[in-house]
Amino acid sequence: MIAAVRRNVVGIIAIIVAIVVFIVPFSFILLTAMKPQQEASLLQFSWPAQFAFFENLVEVVSSRNFMLIWAFVNSTILTVVSVTLMVVFAAMVGWVLQRRPSKLNPLINFLVLSGLIIPPAVVPTIWVLQGLELFGNLPGLILIEVAFGLSFCVLMFRAFISTIPRELDEAATIDGAGPLRLFFTVAFPLLKSVIVTVIVVQAVFVFNDFQNPLYFLPGEPTVQLTLYNFQSQFSTQWNLLFTNILLITIPPLVMYIFFQKQIVAGMTSGAVKG
Amino acid sequence: MSITPSATALAEAEDLADGDAPGLRRRTRRRKLGGNMSKQYPMWFYIPAAVLFLVLFLVPTIASFYFSLTRWSLFDIQFIGFANYVQFFKEPALVQGFTNTFIFGFVTSALKVVLGLLVALVLTGRIIGRTFLRAVIFFPVLVSTIGVGITFKVLMDPFDGVINETLALIGIQGPAWLTDPTLALYSVALVDVWRGVGLATLIFIAGIVGIPQEYFEAAKVDGASAWNSFWHIMLPLLRPATVTVIILSLIGGLRSFDLIWAMTRGGPGFSSDVIASVIFKQYQAGFFGLSSAGNVILFLVVTAIIVPIFWALNRKQVEQ
Repeated sequence: MIAAVRRNVVGIIAIIVAIVVFIVPFSFILLTAMKPQQEASLLQFSWPAQFAFFENLVEVVSSRNFMLIWAFVNSTILTVVSVTLMVVFAAMVGWVLQRRPSKLNPLINFLVLSGLIIPPAVVPTIWVLQGLELFGNLPGLILIEVAFGLSFCVLMFRAFISTIPRELDEAATIDGAGPLRLFFTVAFPLLKSVIVTVIVVQAVFVFNDFQNPLYFLPGEPTVQLTLYNFQSQFSTQWNLLFTNILLITIPPLVMYIFFQKQIVAGMTSGAVKG
Repeated sequence: MSITPSATALAEAEDLADGDAPGLRRRTRRRKLGGNMSKQYPMWFYIPAAVLFLVLFLVPTIASFYFSLTRWSLFDIQFIGFANYVQFFKEPALVQGFTNTFIFGFVTSALKVVLGLLVALVLTGRIIGRTFLRAVIFFPVLVSTIGVGITFKVLMDPFDGVINETLALIGIQGPAWLTDPTLALYSVALVDVWRGVGLATLIFIAGIVGIPQEYFEAAKVDGASAWNSFWHIMLPLLRPATVTVIILSLIGGLRSFDLIWAMTRGGPGFSSDVIASVIFKQYQAGFFGLSSAGNVILFLVVTAIIVPIFWALNRKQVEQ
């Protein structure tokens, strides 16, 4: 009886602390996004006296020739293409790395780890991209995201592939499957759960990425950079800035609602990401 | 072996997968099928990933060592030896960025370990609203860093900010969080902890859940206090989870850029600059050689700190 009361008290205290520490900042974004400019500039945590959410929305979306729409298009292409390539390439590496013992394996493992730990060198990367005519365009940034994201995916895939019995490979081989068919029609479908995990985790990371677009895609907007660009432009229009924050928070929120389990599993089991 | 799910990936990373029992089984089976099986795992599967990794990651990393020894602008490039490094450790603004990197990395990862463990302890107890609390505390991990930075910049405003206005209500004059040079870096570090503590918590929860209840029951029978069973049973068994949290937050913290840039741009003055923001500033100013030197220094700092921790973790697991 006393223990039960104590449990509830602890729970209620924890909920109150969580509300103050975590929910207030998010509500602040929401409330400020709903206020007209004058009221928003007071920066108060208060219920809007006047609702201007729709007006703010229209203004943010249409400002600078619909830059936000362009940014969403760019970010969507960036996320979808780079995550797709990452998943396929990394699964291939994880597959051979786990299945085929080779003298190269220690070296490959070392490189995978170095990819997780070493911060990418900025200016030399730009130099390489310029040499390949990939600097400042979307394909270049897509390949950058793939290269930087591979290590994490390889680790995830290799760990999962070790749980798939080799008997399956052998049976398929006896049935006459070549390496491509074995991988794409036998192994790939079995990787479904880890693929979903890798996709959602990497999609959130690429979508939220600020640093790489800042360096490698100057001149073209991605969603995180609109925020950065609007920060100076909207310095007195907090309502618009927060409407923008709200809009770019929606995709990760939707991902989280639908894939909470996979995201948490991915980030706590293999996550060697900041 | 008491490796939690959270540490298996890290452990696997260095596990060469051969000398253990499954490896033995594998070898005998391969003999049975002849050498045919290895043809099913062709080396060319590595090529697409290897090309990208080599061209866009390894080559620039190696090239940075050379470029860091040059004076390099938009127009020409000139070999100048270690002058960039000398400048890096002579100019107070750059030195500050160097020391701040350590402060930021260590403060954030220490706080994430302590708070993450505390919150995990609360959230594994049988309290009401557990699922809700877990979901809420993890969500900031997924939100745009720039968005979080801008939001907290507003909340931490010294005069109109919600934080200081609330403190004023209970008669405390809040500090100038982001405009006081002695405080700015720590304020940003606090926000980084706010953002990242959810991940630490969930890693610790995975670790705690993985400990068999019998251990605690046995300890209870032997008359151990709650504190004793925490200190002598739970904490040692949480070692892999703890190391994972430390490594993750150090890798993230030492390389941290987005949040600092969104909140202070390294200011006021250079008081909250870190190596990553120095790299960006020098790049923007057109000092590409100096920027590359910053990259090499960051590379050395991160490896010098992470590799020994990693090595310690692996040795411990071999002992087990």
